[in-house]
Amino acid sequence: MSIDVEQFHQVFFDESEEHLQTMEALLLEIDPFAPDPESLNSIFRAAHSIKGGSGIFGFSGLGGLTHVMENLLDKARHGEQELTKEIINQLLKTTDLLKSILQDYRTGTSLNHSEIDEGICALEKTINGESCEKKRMDVAEDDNDGFGFFELDDGDDTNQENDSTGFGLFDDSDCSDAPYLDDSDEAKESQEAFGFFDDEESTAGQGAFANVDCQKEPLIESSANSPRKIGEAGKNPLPPSSSSKKVTSIESKSIRVDTSKVDLLVNLIGELVITQSMLTVQGTSEAPDAKEKLQLGLVELERNTRELQEAVMSMRMLPISFVFNRFPRLVRDLAEKLEKDVELQIEGGATEIDKGLIEKLVDPLTHLVRNSIDHGIERPQVRLERGKAKSGVITLSAAQRGGNIVISIRDDGAGLDKERILEKARQNALSFNPNGTDEDVWNLIFAPGFSTADSVTDISGRGVGMDVVKRNIESIGGRINISSVQGEGSSFSISVPLTLAIVDGMCVASGDQVFVVPLVTIVESIQPLPQQLRSMGNEKLLWVRDRYWPILNLAKRMDIDHAVEQPTDAIIILIESSKKRFGLMIDKLLGQQQVVIKSLEQHYRRVPGAAGATIMGDGHVAIILDVESLSEDINTEAAERQTNERNVDQKRAI
Amino acid sequence: MNETLTKNERSEHLVLQKREFLSFVLGDEQYALDIMSVKEIRGYEPVTKIANAPSFIKGVLNLRGDIVPIVDLRIKFDVGEAKYDEFTIVIMLNVFDRIVGIVVDAVSDVITLSEDDIKPPPEFGVAFDTKFLHGLAEVNEAMVIIVNIESLISSESLALFDSSNQDGQE
Repeated sequence: MSIDVEQFHQVFFDESEEHLQTMEALLLEIDPFAPDPESLNSIFRAAHSIKGGSGIFGFSGLGGLTHVMENLLDKARHGEQELTKEIINQLLKTTDLLKSILQDYRTGTSLNHSEIDEGICALEKTINGESCEKKRMDVAEDDNDGFGFFELDDGDDTNQENDSTGFGLFDDSDCSDAPYLDDSDEAKESQEAFGFFDDEESTAGQGAFANVDCQKEPLIESSANSPRKIGEAGKNPLPPSSSSKKVTSIESKSIRVDTSKVDLLVNLIGELVITQSMLTVQGTSEAPDAKEKLQLGLVELERNTRELQEAVMSMRMLPISFVFNRFPRLVRDLAEKLEKDVELQIEGGATEIDKGLIEKLVDPLTHLVRNSIDHGIERPQVRLERGKAKSGVITLSAAQRGGNIVISIRDDGAGLDKERILEKARQNALSFNPNGTDEDVWNLIFAPGFSTADSVTDISGRGVGMDVVKRNIESIGGRINISSVQGEGSSFSISVPLTLAIVDGMCVASGDQVFVVPLVTIVESIQPLPQQLRSMGNEKLLWVRDRYWPILNLAKRMDIDHAVEQPTDAIIILIESSKKRFGLMIDKLLGQQQVVIKSLEQHYRRVPGAAGATIMGDGHVAIILDVESLSEDINTEAAERQTNERNVDQKRAI
Repeated sequence: MNETLTKNERSEHLVLQKREFLSFVLGDEQYALDIMSVKEIRGYEPVTKIANAPSFIKGVLNLRGDIVPIVDLRIKFDVGEAKYDEFTIVIMLNVFDRIVGIVVDAVSDVITLSEDDIKPPPEFGVAFDTKFLHGLAEVNEAMVIIVNIESLISSESLALFDSSNQDGQE
């Protein structure tokens, strides 16, 4: 009989991660002067659960640290230890460290023992108010006298740690075998180890036990880590940016799904099977009303499919709070570093969004929030001088609008400085329209290499940021808009599609081929009148909505024969991409429908102008147009110039 | 000890080298490709054209939900006449986890060849570049050109794969 313990590791990792998130969230909320006992208890419970689990699986690095943490929390909740801002900071650092240890175990990389030591010592110090170094020595002796339990295993332990197995400090001799617990004896031992944690907790021996960790750890340190590493860790034990990145960079492969969603799916499949057998019977039936019944069956099938699609999609949906929840910490750390008072407000955290999108939104949002704190919110004294409240407010909000999720980051800071942006644009030799609207000016900050920060900090100002933000958002089919009022604050709103797999499209025909234009990019479709058209050399311009639109002939671009040649016989779709506006000339509109995006790259390669392909009702393949890449070939200058000229003429006429 | 092992391995190797090939016709020439890379054989159907693709890439096709490119080898190697009728055949290949369809005039037979039957290819005289060839074989008193389909499909001259994709950068 053998039990594969590794199968439970994943669950442990997931759960621990959740516990750590809970811990972090609660720690951020806690008021050091009047801690809410219930939140302290919750934090304690979370630490305890992680410790218990790590004991079972032999993740000693986690166990040691959580144990000390637990001691501190236990004292705090019994009122024996007063909480200070420093202690809370220390606890937050510890959660960061735990996260990175967890990640190390998850990926199977070797642990940074010196960091763990540092963490344990720092916590020890807060508990005892004494230097950890000295304590270690004392305890070493104490331990030898008093704790027979440890004495027995000490020798073993040392050996194992010298082998640098990466396990070892907490669960005695069997720890390195723990992942393969196929022997019943060993299973028992690990049980013992677990029970033994619990005992420890209820008895008075906590302090001593924690100290034992400290005493044992140096063995690892001396054998496994170079002095250089320790030095580094000492200098900057936990740079917040690097640790948070580490966590986000790993995509989680598993999702937790509400059982009710699974049940719904099972029900829907049941219905689908019934519909299918119904259709089989009706399809072969010779009865006079067979066709009618078949039609009804097909309607039923359509309904089933749609519900099934929604159910499956909803499984991939996660509340956006998964992204938002990491920001209170980020804001707190950054604000402290920059000596600013910032309050973060989160709205619409329950808005659901596709899991794949969530992972891609983390980096752009982080960047924008950092920007808001660094550039947007002013220092407290400046704010007071300007007659604003001392602490700035950053609002993160999410809401669903049709098939899109709109996420906005608002701050009540200084707002974008139009003059400085223009000046920077001139310095960097960026092309821009000096008479452009505010929006045009704001969009300049998305140009590569643009940064208005006077000094480059490690937070922002390297000028690589905003264009990457924009690109990231566009890569998931989203758009970003800026609105800003100088002195009152700025707001960045990101609009992304709910899901990547399905797009609302307009099916259009050009020659004998069908294309799909993403509906979000379409402004309107018209059949142009001769007087609306104007030729400029090789280019054709269309006058509509008080401006000239350059026309792109899809048939020419896509190399299609037998398409309509005269614009007046064709349909022109007015399209607004993130950069340009243009008219797309096609033969006719076929209708609007949702299409499933299929990859062209899977078996072929990327095709310029195509965002992917889809399969139409008749089984044929249709190309989904990539409006952004189509617009790259278009020269909008002529149209802009003409528009301006015409506007001037009109003004004169008036 | 070592030597006997290698000898055994070698003889085993030779036995394994007896492979089956699917022979097909392009123009007037008989070709064959390793049958293990064939997914299925089907008739030619109209495809969706891809803009700005080379002329030998006919377009893409829906193969049960997968979007699959179709290559006309007759155009690529300028053999025979690229006509499409009810006898035109598409061989769906499964190479490097990708599906690619190739248009041929006809498929004729499955032939079994051992490594000994395959003679090295001549330096000239066939439409294919010799680097895409395994060699030549004599079957039923006719010459069959054995194509190394993997190297052909993945070759840059066919441009079926994104070069960045190959490196796993996409």
